[in-house]
Amino acid sequence: MDFGFSDEQIALRDQARRVLTARDALGAARRVTEAGLDHDAALWGEIRALGWPAITIPERHGGLGLGPVDLCVVAEELGRSLAPTPFATNLYLAAEALMLDGASEAAARWLPLLAAGEASGTVAIAEGRGELTPEALATRIDGTRIDGVKVAAPDGLAADFALVLARDAAAGGASLALVELGGKGVCRQPEATIDPSRGHAELRFAGAPCTVLGRAGDGWGLWNRLRDRAAVPFAFEAIGGAQACLEAAIGWARERHTFGRPIGSYQAIKHTLADMFVAIELARSNAYYAAWALSVDAPQLTGAAASARIAATDAFWLAARENLQIHGGLGFTHESDCHLFYRRAKLLAVNLGGPRFWRARLAGEIMAGRAELER
Amino acid sequence: MDFQDSASEAEVRADARAWLAANLPDAEARRSMGYGVADEAAALALAKTWQARKADAGWACMHWPAQYGGRGASPIERLIFEEEERRAGAPTGFFEIGLGMAGPTLQAYASEEQKASLLPRMLRGQDVWCQLFSEPAAGSDLAALRMRAVRDGDDWVLTGQKTWTSGAHYADYGIIVARSDPSLPKHRGLTFFFVDMRSPGITTRQIRQITGPADFDDVFFDEVRVADSQRLGAVGAGWQVALTTLMNERLSLGDVARPGYEELVARLRMSEIGGRPALEQADIAARVTDWHVRSRGVAFTRARIITALSRGQEPGPEASILKLASTAMFQEIADFATGLEDQGGVLLAEDRQAGVADFQFAYLFSPSFRVAGGTDQILRNIIAERVLGLPPEPRVDKDVPFNS
Repeated sequence: MDFGFSDEQIALRDQARRVLTARDALGAARRVTEAGLDHDAALWGEIRALGWPAITIPERHGGLGLGPVDLCVVAEELGRSLAPTPFATNLYLAAEALMLDGASEAAARWLPLLAAGEASGTVAIAEGRGELTPEALATRIDGTRIDGVKVAAPDGLAADFALVLARDAAAGGASLALVELGGKGVCRQPEATIDPSRGHAELRFAGAPCTVLGRAGDGWGLWNRLRDRAAVPFAFEAIGGAQACLEAAIGWARERHTFGRPIGSYQAIKHTLADMFVAIELARSNAYYAAWALSVDAPQLTGAAASARIAATDAFWLAARENLQIHGGLGFTHESDCHLFYRRAKLLAVNLGGPRFWRARLAGEIMAGRAELER
Repeated sequence: MDFQDSASEAEVRADARAWLAANLPDAEARRSMGYGVADEAAALALAKTWQARKADAGWACMHWPAQYGGRGASPIERLIFEEEERRAGAPTGFFEIGLGMAGPTLQAYASEEQKASLLPRMLRGQDVWCQLFSEPAAGSDLAALRMRAVRDGDDWVLTGQKTWTSGAHYADYGIIVARSDPSLPKHRGLTFFFVDMRSPGITTRQIRQITGPADFDDVFFDEVRVADSQRLGAVGAGWQVALTTLMNERLSLGDVARPGYEELVARLRMSEIGGRPALEQADIAARVTDWHVRSRGVAFTRARIITALSRGQEPGPEASILKLASTAMFQEIADFATGLEDQGGVLLAEDRQAGVADFQFAYLFSPSFRVAGGTDQILRNIIAERVLGLPPEPRVDKDVPFNS
């Protein structure tokens, strides 16, 4: 057992933190939020220049071929700084989906472009409010054409292609299909979301050409495998965000005085901060295990990813709301950073399916005996 | 990042598993040597036999140096054996305080001669140790203790009362912190000793707990003479020595009490409630997944700590969360599991069979874990002040003479 980051991973983390601080990624998140932008072009350019979009993409597709743990190291820093770029959508979702189906023509075409930061992809799953089921999908694939409306596609406005989950009558189920968004039959528009530091789009397809990824009819299973995998780096993003909230709250609790003492000297504040710390460390430990499970494709991956997702979501929610609370009236102002984290906590809680979905998924693994810690 | 055993670790695990399979007492014997059984003297005798068998085979305190009976095992090897003990349901009663707290304190502060004579006996279970810290007026505020230690030639004379001392009535030795100079501020006038519990002037009185049995005691010291050679650490440095003991206490108490999450899931996987599998019901799944995540969080946090130790690093601040995270969960699970039994949940088990999860007992026992070894509130203070660097509470008694 060697349950921690390697020296190289710690160096990568330090580099990421240095760059994101020097480039004021948090300030960029505020600018994107205030200006209604899709993402921060300068920061995204910097990240591309550093080669991060290539981290997990195999070398044969022009990537660096590093492991998921390396990706998670970077993810935590991106989450800590709320970096407003399409990195996560491109790498945890679009590239990951193509890598799950690594032999396909689509993978050969798009992975090198994603690795070089020359193209962007998105996933288009949700069709409205409420938990999606394969039976309820209204988007339809008919041979090589797709019709329907998808909402809340992350970074969908700038993406070159989307992986769209749709009903596939011919295959007798759902399929995940690749649609080029620059082509005909596609219409898209930005959507207002709870976290404007990240761009989201509505995508309308009217007979747009599409190519099914993987086995036709297996789209729902592919999406579930994809979100198990994506849940792991997203958990690290949430932990990074929670840690930033804890540090901001500590800083304010030491500085702000009431009744002649720093508020951080009162147990009411102190114990809240201690609870935030405990939740974050328990989430971090779960996320380490999920990163390991992902790196070796362990049979426990689904349960581990769900555990990391649940723990990180809860920790970020606790840290984001109590950070705002500890900042008092100032915390409710647009000028403070508290709301940027409070918003991101919700985005990361629902972006791969809400908490209820993940708890049910974990309960299923527990019931099936697949979440045991066998050695 | 590797959660799996290395080849050599897998070998230790296989050895441990094989040895436990061949040597573990049967279920009836294991039950007879636990805490809280009717015949405590017989239970202690059985537990001592088991501890000696472990020691003979080199498994007892395998992380201790060889000269004291251990085998200088790595932190990971120790964790592996403890995991296998747990999996096998091996008894660990009676010796935790000695091996987990007194032992490390002696290793840090006792003379070579004392270590050579006391530690191997402690490790084999020949001597049982207790920890004499709390007093009627000094629990969370331990440094407020009043037990007096007065120097008299080569001896010290101890007078006062300790309380809530687990196992004092059968312990052979105890570690104790006492006030040697009341004219100094409270943290600075303390000195640490070990004492022979059969010394003239010591009387113990068992205290009955809410679970029924009386595992812990009031301990009265009436001019008990202790040789200065039994002092651990410098005169006036008792607080620092006590902190060593307490840090070890919190690390070892971070282990997860039973019956807990694993026992609950084992039961639920076989249960139907209202004609449907229990775990398929959303309210149950919501609670169970919460405890799954937390209990795994504790286990994986321990793995992070062990990894840091193996790399020759000090464990990071994550070490302080184990006890806080696991004891509250133990109580919540006991409450939930007894509630699931509906009206039958009120019934105590007629016979505490080994291997049968007794959540009624856990319900009654669990409050002790949130108090002993640092209350939840003190642990949150420690995390906030020592780990997160928040300003301390104003303390009106901190820098004034204790007797002012």
